[in-house]
Amino acid sequence: MTMAAAARDPGIQSPFRRFVADFAESQVAMAGLAVFALVLAAALLAPLLSPQNPYDLNQLDIMDGRQPPMAKSMEGFVFWLGSDDQGRDMLSAIFYGLRTSLGVGAMSAVGALALGMAAGLLAAYFGGRVESVVMRIVDIQLSFPSILVALILLAVLGQGTWKIILALICVQWAYYARTVRGTALVERRKEYTEAARCLALGHRRIVFRHLLPNCLPPLIVVVTVQVAHAIALEATLSFLGIGLPITEPSLGLLIANGFEYLLSGKYWISFFPGVALLVTIVSINLVGDQLRDVLNPRLQK
Amino acid sequence: MTVFVIRRLMQSGLVLFVMSLIVFFGVYAIGDPVEIFISPEADQIERERAKAALGLDRPVWAQYFAFLGAAFQGDLGRSFVFNMPAITLILQRMPATLELAVSALLLGIVVGLPLGMYAGYRPDSAGAKAILATSILGFSLPTFWVGLMLIMFFAVNLGWLPSTGRGETATYLGITSSLFTIDGLRHLAMPALNLALFKISLIIRLARAGMRENMLMDYVRFARAKGLPMRRVVFVHVFKNILIPIVTVIGLELGSTIAFAVVTESIFAWPGMGKLIIDSIQRLDRPVIVAYLCIIVFMFIVINLVVDILYSVLDPRVRLSEAKG
Repeated sequence: MTMAAAARDPGIQSPFRRFVADFAESQVAMAGLAVFALVLAAALLAPLLSPQNPYDLNQLDIMDGRQPPMAKSMEGFVFWLGSDDQGRDMLSAIFYGLRTSLGVGAMSAVGALALGMAAGLLAAYFGGRVESVVMRIVDIQLSFPSILVALILLAVLGQGTWKIILALICVQWAYYARTVRGTALVERRKEYTEAARCLALGHRRIVFRHLLPNCLPPLIVVVTVQVAHAIALEATLSFLGIGLPITEPSLGLLIANGFEYLLSGKYWISFFPGVALLVTIVSINLVGDQLRDVLNPRLQK
Repeated sequence: MTVFVIRRLMQSGLVLFVMSLIVFFGVYAIGDPVEIFISPEADQIERERAKAALGLDRPVWAQYFAFLGAAFQGDLGRSFVFNMPAITLILQRMPATLELAVSALLLGIVVGLPLGMYAGYRPDSAGAKAILATSILGFSLPTFWVGLMLIMFFAVNLGWLPSTGRGETATYLGITSSLFTIDGLRHLAMPALNLALFKISLIIRLARAGMRENMLMDYVRFARAKGLPMRRVVFVHVFKNILIPIVTVIGLELGSTIAFAVVTESIFAWPGMGKLIIDSIQRLDRPVIVAYLCIIVFMFIVINLVVDILYSVLDPRVRLSEAKG
């Protein structure tokens, strides 16, 4: 039976099927999902898709430098999106750059999720002094804009892939902590939690087996939004020259690299990585918007 | 009320102290400025002399207390690069940043408010949908890339606007600003628009939501029933009610606009304090980094404190829940 048929027949709906059917109602969101799948595939399959390995210096030819889009390289393949000053194919560089950008975004999201979830659950479940200390830290951190927090941390930590991931985790954990605490506070008062407590289940079991699964829906929305934020913030910091090192070029670094050529009219070195970044962020945001509508209990039919 | 303010003040002081600890010890841990300022051929004695001159031969904690003591007297160290007091350097650059941030906010209001009100007044029209789509794009577009595209389009392809610097400044009523010269305005246009893009999107959303909400209210129906023309109802009655949340958000956004000016200033080579901090991080100019971070955190704490106090003055519910918590 197809998903659509399942959606029409309310008798045999599983929660997951209903979720899928609700999500598929928006064509814009489905388009966003499809585009994001393509972006993800391009990032994962970068070595297979790219005409050249952009970071293998043996494959680069300085004679190919700054070729406009559609130009032919010395080796015979076409620079669909032009080449940079070192004769690097921009299309290949973008595939590899997506890898770095998505990787950093995903890794920092996982880290921030783990940290924020732990802090939020602790605060909501135990309350009292733990809660007021945790939430005061969250409040104070959220009163500063994300780029400032990242700037402080990177000024303090210095450059490096792991350092920027750490900085992004520190920037984002507070959002997760606030969301988890809010939801967990509501869930904690519900009867199933009380029942679990009456059964004398351990704290750990109640928190992880009962509270946590029920806090997931709003958390999923926050994750999608924050991954898009993380990718944009990383690109911005790398563009400013205080993010990723030059050995791991993300989209932000590619754009920064093309900045000096922009003024002489060689737009493609900055333009196309920027388009790739934009497409990635917009597709994630479209999926996030629809998830928010589908998972919001107030809007459920 | 007094208790509330005192508690907030103490909290602010604590945050500032913790920040100064983190920043000072963290920045101390990265790089050794001596390595940068002394030629590699220098012998040990020359190194020691340079270290002593920069005050780097003392233990870290002694350096911190010296820094803290001096900070209370308004001295945040001397820049290694410019050889002038860090605080003077930053205060010199601050007007340029404030000018950019305030222009961006004004632009956000002037452009965002009418568009948002229209989108809320006729939510189903094609224009409203286009405005909403633009505002979603404005949230998603990375600021720095939009800046580059502005340069490409207006400076390189069309050649209308200059791409770098602040241009000519003039002094009027004791304020020196590029707002008062044609050349200055031409330089300001692109950076301000770039920085304003996010604010425009935000204000469009707020104004649209406010408009839709208020149009359904009883007072609008009453004003219409009284026979007032729609124009007057919208621009006098509804307008005032929409402004309340927007003014609050704009107040809060001033701080983040100053922080995000870092990006715009770097792209357009705007001589503000954001460009200074990025340059200083890359040159490891430690006193300037520490001074900038302390000043900006201080600014934020003051802004947050003022907003908190204003809130509690305007809305007694906030004050009451604080007293209980």
